[in-house]
Amino acid sequence: MSAPLRVRGLRLARGARTILDGVDLQAAAGEIVALMGLSGSGKTTILRVLAGLERADAGEIEVPRSGMVFQFHFLFEHLTALENICLAPMHVHRLSRGEAEARARALLGELGVGHREKALPRELSGGEAQRVAIARALAVDPPVLLLDEPTASLDPARRHDLGDALRQLAASGRTLLLTSHDDDFVRDFATRVVVLANGRVVEEGAARLVLEHAQHEETRKLLQIDRQMRRIW
Amino acid sequence: MPRLLLLLAFLGVSTPLHAQSPLRWGGDSEGGAPFVEADPNDPTKMVGFDVEIAELVARRLGREAQFVQIAFSSLDQSARRGDFDIGLSGIEDIPARRASLAASLPYYEFREVITVRAADRGRFSSLAELRGRRVATLGGTMAYDLLLQAERDHGIVAVSYDDDVHPYSDLALGRVDAVLLDHVLAERAMRRTAGLFTHSAAVAIGHYIIITAPENTSLRERVDDVLREAMLDGTLEAIFRKWQVWNDDQPRLYARLLETASAEPTRTESVDAGTPPGGGDRLFTALPRYLPSLLRAALITLVLSCASMALAVLLGVAIATGRVYGGPAIRAALTGYVEVMRGTPVLLQLFVIYYGVADVIRLPAFAAALLGLGLNYAAYESEIYRSALEAVPRGQLEAARILGLTRWQTLRLVRAPQAFRLALAPMTNDFVALLKDSSLVSVLTVVELTKQTQIFATNVGSWLVPGLLCAALYLAMSLPLSHVARRLEQRWKVVPS
Repeated sequence: MSAPLRVRGLRLARGARTILDGVDLQAAAGEIVALMGLSGSGKTTILRVLAGLERADAGEIEVPRSGMVFQFHFLFEHLTALENICLAPMHVHRLSRGEAEARARALLGELGVGHREKALPRELSGGEAQRVAIARALAVDPPVLLLDEPTASLDPARRHDLGDALRQLAASGRTLLLTSHDDDFVRDFATRVVVLANGRVVEEGAARLVLEHAQHEETRKLLQIDRQMRRIW
Repeated sequence: MPRLLLLLAFLGVSTPLHAQSPLRWGGDSEGGAPFVEADPNDPTKMVGFDVEIAELVARRLGREAQFVQIAFSSLDQSARRGDFDIGLSGIEDIPARRASLAASLPYYEFREVITVRAADRGRFSSLAELRGRRVATLGGTMAYDLLLQAERDHGIVAVSYDDDVHPYSDLALGRVDAVLLDHVLAERAMRRTAGLFTHSAAVAIGHYIIITAPENTSLRERVDDVLREAMLDGTLEAIFRKWQVWNDDQPRLYARLLETASAEPTRTESVDAGTPPGGGDRLFTALPRYLPSLLRAALITLVLSCASMALAVLLGVAIATGRVYGGPAIRAALTGYVEVMRGTPVLLQLFVIYYGVADVIRLPAFAAALLGLGLNYAAYESEIYRSALEAVPRGQLEAARILGLTRWQTLRLVRAPQAFRLALAPMTNDFVALLKDSSLVSVLTVVELTKQTQIFATNVGSWLVPGLLCAALYLAMSLPLSHVARRLEQRWKVVPS
């Protein structure tokens, strides 16, 4: 499942505001790449462009079919956890209900929420909803998985569980691209980090190296703010 | 200066109090010729033989006649409430009326006659020959009671109208096969509408009277005196001749009345020939007889409302989908439809669908009612669905898109089901409103619950019990529905993410 993801010279403007200003990015199978940057640096927009939800003004994109886990999950409110996962396999990939449900149950079990299959989204906790959302994205077996702020709705213990789950997914040959504000999580679980500022990549490299020996002014600013925020909380 | 104004105001108010106050007389000018109608040359003035009789009474009582417009079916109730002093508008002498109001001497004798299309004159000359046929008349009249009796005796289908013009135009159109009404109305209709034939034989005899509030017997006595005098001195004859309704029945009636008057005046004597079956029923004897028809009418209301709502929902979904997903031309056309249907009265739309396009498409009354209500409510439903569709969060649609669902699949599997849950409460509201709005279709001769109640109330001379029964039936239909809707809503409650 070797599926390299490659982006070159990605540009996108909304009116007079430049969101992406020539972004280059790549990720190989088995990698967990973290996009970091202050709010408004363009992290989420990159995921949305890769997912096909937004069109870039210029640039080259090479990306295989990708699944996405939204920050607020966007589980289908009228369907149970199991039905959320089965929807695309049944209607896009034409699996029978029995087949789709068997796979969905296996995914829920792997992610540790097998007991919540009958719950409606509004009945799930933030962590449960996220895992159901991951299962939904994985149900159609995408080579690339995009995750927008996956740690935002998790407490520290759950963060660790999530990290382990992502590692397993990467180990199975998937490419993972995520956005995050959480440098501890990124340091522990990402293989590589890409720092964005004002729609441009300002620094990138192995996660531990970049975060512990930040070269760029923007990276240092980002890490400082992040730590201050955590102290306030 | 203020004192002067006060004085003037006082004088202005007090002057008529010293003179005789005007004699307020009630009648219905809608399609009321030759009884009461707005003068075609000056619609602020009323003309007709009842107008002249009212003016005659006023003049001889030394008062000034002042017209009050009252719907024909409400004349009795208005008299009791004191909305006017005397009422006359082709008001029939029936026992129920005599029992609940002060009624004058009869001043005109009419025959209930059958009118058919000229081609059918050989086939239909009596009610018995009209078995299985639709026979029309004006609601709340002796003729309607006769038709209800004929429904039981001869198996005809009685069709009630709110006016005396449309029964004849619908006869010409073939919507009904005969009309039973006063010969005065029949003769007028024959002049207006070609191709009709009226059998001269009387199905029953009736009389027109003047009504006053039940406690106002002194006014009634004075009115009777004026009528007797006018019978003797030929004033009545002159009026009726002028309006071309004078015939030999009248002098015979007057002779009979004047003879009795010199002896003991018996007020019910004059109506023996025309006593409609069951017309004199009091409330308690009438109740068991009307209950089945009330229940049947409630069923019609329910079936009509459900069918109209189904049509409105189907059309509404199509319109909303077109407005959300369609191109500019489709959107403009559908928006136009919604604005026209919401911006004009449903009553007008019903009239247009039933009478307006009758030359092109001749819809049966029930179908026209269903179509009219359905088309009208579709506009409201579509607005509910459109805003519900637009209220489904964008994230839900994006999630569907990333999973590879097509636009149509997204609509069918994600957007519409969520929108439906949002639309449920306003839809329930609309259905309850439709249940009540369905009473408007009585103008198309569909006898639904409100119309049946009105007939009941008119015949027993009270709105209290029929009104309460009617309200209970409406509630029995709407409350369970609201309950089910609340339960569903509870189950489906969507918490916006």
